[in-house]
Amino acid sequence: MNRSITMGQYIPGNSILHRLNPRLKIIALVLLLVFLFLLDTFSALGASLGLALALFALAGVPFSYLLRGLRPVLYIALFALIIYFFFTSGGVVLFRIGFITVESEGVEQGLFIVARLVVLVLFSLLLTLTTTPLSLTHGMSYFLKPLSHIGLPTEEVAMIMAVALRFIPTIMEESQRLMRAQLARGADFETGSIFRKAGSLVPLIVPLFVSAFRRADELALAMEARGYRIGARRTRMHEDVIMLKDWAALAIVIILIALALTFDL
Amino acid sequence: MHGQSSIIVESKDVEFYYSGEEETVWPALSGISFTVNQGEYVALVGPNGSGKTTLLKLFNALLIPSRGEVLVKGISTANEDTLPEVRRTCGMIFQNPDNQLVATTVEEDIAFGLENLALPSREIQNRVLETARLLGLEKLLKQPPHLLSGGEKQRVAIAGVLAMEPKCILMDEPTAMLDPAGCREVLKTVRKLNRERGLAVIHVTHFPEEAAGADRIVVLNEGQLIADGAPGEVLTNLPLLHSLGLRGTAAVELAALLRADGCPLPPQILHNRELVDSLCSLEQNS
Repeated sequence: MNRSITMGQYIPGNSILHRLNPRLKIIALVLLLVFLFLLDTFSALGASLGLALALFALAGVPFSYLLRGLRPVLYIALFALIIYFFFTSGGVVLFRIGFITVESEGVEQGLFIVARLVVLVLFSLLLTLTTTPLSLTHGMSYFLKPLSHIGLPTEEVAMIMAVALRFIPTIMEESQRLMRAQLARGADFETGSIFRKAGSLVPLIVPLFVSAFRRADELALAMEARGYRIGARRTRMHEDVIMLKDWAALAIVIILIALALTFDL
Repeated sequence: MHGQSSIIVESKDVEFYYSGEEETVWPALSGISFTVNQGEYVALVGPNGSGKTTLLKLFNALLIPSRGEVLVKGISTANEDTLPEVRRTCGMIFQNPDNQLVATTVEEDIAFGLENLALPSREIQNRVLETARLLGLEKLLKQPPHLLSGGEKQRVAIAGVLAMEPKCILMDEPTAMLDPAGCREVLKTVRKLNRERGLAVIHVTHFPEEAAGADRIVVLNEGQLIADGAPGEVLTNLPLLHSLGLRGTAAVELAALLRADGCPLPPQILHNRELVDSLCSLEQNS
C-alpha cells in the first residue's frame, strides 16, 4: 500500500522540462499566467492550449495525468459556466426558461473563462509534474531570500518545508496503520452521521499527533547530532546553477509571449 | 592502546542531572570515568533507565555534563565553538530509523551532515558517492527513505554519519526496531567499518549476543559504571548480570545450567560454537 504514496504530483522523468532549473521554470510559469490574463481572443487561447499540450508531449507525461490534474477544476468550471450562462446579459437571446434567459454574450464569456482556467491549470501542472517537491521548495525559497534582510528566517523555512515533504509519506503510512489498529478494536469509520464520523476520527488523530510530536523531537535531536545549527552557514549538494539551456528556455517563452501580444492573436 | 594520541573519547568523573532534577536523589549519571581508544568496539549495557543513552548523548555534545568533563579527541564538549568538530568526530545513530532521516532522497540525506559542514558541492557529491559505494547503497541514491527497508534505512543513517569521516560511531540500540535480516545487515556493516577503517564504536544494546561481539563491555546501573571488561569476563559473570535483570548469551546461560548439573565445562564459554565444541570434546573424552 505504501508504495502507492507518491510525493506531490511529480512524475519522474528525464526530459528537458525535468532538467530545467526550477527557478526559471517558476519565472516562466508566472510570465505565462500573466500572459493568459492579457489575452482576449479564443484564437490566442487556442494557441496557448496548443503550446501547453506540446510541452506535455515534450515532458513525456501520460495523458491520463493531465486529465487527473484537471479533475479538481471541474466543479469550479461548472460553477463559472452556470453563473455566466444565466447572469450575464447581452447579445442574442439563445433560449429562455421562464424568466431566466441565456444570452450569447454570457455563453461566450463563460466558455472563455473556463478555457482560460483550463490552460492556466495545464501550465501550472506542467511545473508540478516535472519538478520534484524538493526542488520546487528550493526554487521558491530563492524568491523568498530578499525577505531574510528584514529578519525572516528563509533558510529555516525552506528546511521546514523539506522536512515536511520528507515526512508526509511516513505519517500517511502511520495513519493507515493506526486506522487498521482501531478497526481491529471495533472502531467504525464508515457509518453514521457526519458528526459521528468526525467523532470516530478522534481516536485516530490524537495518537497521530502524539507520535508526530515524538518524531519531531527525535528528528530535531538527530539533526543536531549531525551538526545542523540554526543560523549557521550551509551549502547544498546540488547547487542551484542556471545554465545556458535554462536561459534559452526562458528566452523562448518571452519571445513567444511577445510575438503573441504584438500580433494580437 | 598506542598512548595518548589514540584516545578518541574520554569522560572524566562525569556527573549529569537532567535540568530541574537537581534535588532528586539520583543523578542520571555520576562518577563516570573511562576512555575509548581508536578502533575499539565497546558495548554499553545496563537495565532500562541506567543512563546508557544519556552517556551516549554526552559523547556527542547533545548533552553537556553537569560536573566533570567529556573530551572528544581532547576537545571539551562544553565549548560552543568546537561543537561542529565534536559532532563530526563522534557521529550518532539512533534507534528509530524513520526519525533520523531528514531528506527526501537517500543521497540528500547522506549529504545532510556535509551540507552542515558547509563543504563545496563538488566535494559533497564525491563523498556521498564514495560512502554509498562503501556501504552498497549506490542503487538506492535517488530513492525516498519511506521506500527503504528498516535495515536499509539504518545503513543510510550510518552512511550519513560516515560521510563526515568520524573517528567514532555512537549507536543507541540501532537494531531494536529491525527484523533479524536487518539486524545482521547493520551489525555486519558496523563491524566491517570498525575492523577495516579503525572506527571506534560505542554500541548501546539490550542483546547479549550483540554485546558478545564487542571488544569490551561496559555495564551501567543507576547512573554508575559497575563493570568494564572483555566480553569473556563481563558476560560470563552471571550473578552480576542477573542481579541487574540482564542475561548472558544463550551459550553462557546454558553452560551455567549444565555446570550446575555437574557437567565439567570450562568457565570462558561465550558463543554457541564454543559451547558445542566443549560439549563435543567432553563426549570424546568420556
